Amino acid sequence: MSELIPTLSDSEIAAINREISHVPYRSAVAIDALKIVQEHRGWVSDESLRAIARHLEMSAEELEGVATFYNLIFRRPVGERVILLCNSVTCWIKGCDRIQKALTERLGVGLGETTADNAFTLLPVTCLGACDRAPVMMVGDDLQQDLTEDNLEQALFGEGRSD
Amino acid sequence: MTDELTRPLTRNVHPDRRPTDMDAYEANGGYRALKDTLGKRSPADCLQIIKDSNLRGRGGAGFPTGLKWSFVPMDDAASGPKYLICNADEMEPGTFKDRLLLECDPHQLIEGMILSAYTLQADVAYIFIRSEYLLAARLLREAIAACHARGYLGKDILGTDFSLEMHVHASAGRYICGEETALISSLEGKRANPRAKPPFPQVSGLWGRPTIVNNVETLCNIHHILERGAEWFQSLGIGEDAGTKLYGVSGRVKNPGCWELPIGTTVREILEVHAGGMEDGYALRGFLPGGGSTDFLTPEHLDLAMDYGTIGKAGSRMGTGTMIILDDKTCPIGFIHNLTKFFAQESCGFCTPCRDGLPWSAQVLEGLELGDGRPEDLDTLAYQIDYIGAIGNTHCALAPGAMEPVQSALKYFREDFEAHIAQGRCTYGHDHADGGAH
Repeated sequence: MSELIPTLSDSEIAAINREISHVPYRSAVAIDALKIVQEHRGWVSDESLRAIARHLEMSAEELEGVATFYNLIFRRPVGERVILLCNSVTCWIKGCDRIQKALTERLGVGLGETTADNAFTLLPVTCLGACDRAPVMMVGDDLQQDLTEDNLEQALFGEGRSD
Repeated sequence: MTDELTRPLTRNVHPDRRPTDMDAYEANGGYRALKDTLGKRSPADCLQIIKDSNLRGRGGAGFPTGLKWSFVPMDDAASGPKYLICNADEMEPGTFKDRLLLECDPHQLIEGMILSAYTLQADVAYIFIRSEYLLAARLLREAIAACHARGYLGKDILGTDFSLEMHVHASAGRYICGEETALISSLEGKRANPRAKPPFPQVSGLWGRPTIVNNVETLCNIHHILERGAEWFQSLGIGEDAGTKLYGVSGRVKNPGCWELPIGTTVREILEVHAGGMEDGYALRGFLPGGGSTDFLTPEHLDLAMDYGTIGKAGSRMGTGTMIILDDKTCPIGFIHNLTKFFAQESCGFCTPCRDGLPWSAQVLEGLELGDGRPEDLDTLAYQIDYIGAIGNTHCALAPGAMEPVQSALKYFREDFEAHIAQGRCTYGHDHADGGAH
């Protein structure tokens, strides 16, 4: 029975319920709930999606419509850290295509792919709001700025945000 | 005047961008306006000051803030919750001003929001912030907790009968969420499709209740205006507009950045003095004055004042006030192809001209950029500009905005389009393998 009914963990439920406490109906927290589960599990599987939908008293199909609308809800597994490489106009002027090429050479993956060791998933992202330091990307939670082919190694494997 | 008086929004912004915490914020006069206003001035008086100040929305549209607020029902008919939402979903290409305010001085935004909510008699406030602004979201949550601890948020604020709850909602990534009715759909947990207006959000917004959505920079102005008055605020501007503006420059300039300057500062001063002029070896061809959905202007427009009216008369929009520079070694077709791809990707898909028209435009531009274009492609582009670019053919302003840089590129850089077609290649040396970077 437990395999047939997908479940959320106690901490996931607690976090989702905190969001529900200040909205008029449960499905209003659909995006928050998807993000909470993604935070815990890395991505949102079909089973997770069904479990969230049941908890929010909405259909899985409706929740899928929400999940696939947003760029940063992952409906497929991603690596331990997601690289969000900005490809909007200022980063393009400043050579983000070169950075993308260097990332692909270094990591052996193209856009939308995850490295064999599961360390990184490489994704494009819209303007990151750091155009004065272009080209930029996020590696996990950290913003990495003024990227060149030469400082990519530090951006990928160093600690913290670049300043 | 001191920085405190001439650069109110960035007076707590340090060169190293370290965040200003509650103690530092209060030590520099923070929450004084809150204490001098709540229970001491009526919401109607506050609204009149904001109206008199001539503050206009800093998110891009430039709508007068006081006028927008005046549509919110204030009488007994408004019983039931009202909402204030801060639009911190900064995703307009080339725009990086709200990040500065959010990361460096979160309490300034929160004080502005509490006083805005008091003026509107709103019950709940949300900060809708883009997913990637993780540092800002954390600082805002900490700042909200610090406000609760000091009685600036929560029930019966500072012993008055005004109560306010404030929540941070981190988005899941979609440019259209910056459109205020789409933002409201998203905050309700739905796909971020914009809504038809009327009804306007001021009357029927979040969960069908009166709702005001304002940009970060707009809200950061509020407590300064209430503290120092409408006349002071008007005196900050150089031309017809009031206040300061966060201006930014990105692209091939010596010193890209974001600065708070009197609104109405000339493009030339922003570009040459603050951004340090063009990088060595690069010349200015044109610029988008305020983000990716504004029309190109050219070097002949350098002496124009960066304000809503002047830039509007020149055929563009001040938008977000953050300029993107087109230099002489960057292909203008590649530039607008990049932008059009962005808008095509970020279309919510609700209406056909946007959903199907923008990818079509992107496809035509890609062909032209790579040298595969034909002369009749320029007619196709002109048709798309007329059709997709006309307000009224689309459900919201995304697609018409997307057409602004395209139509002005055709106007100012037509010889580039013709050269690409005639020579069958990118005249700036872009090719399939190298997709644009030089």
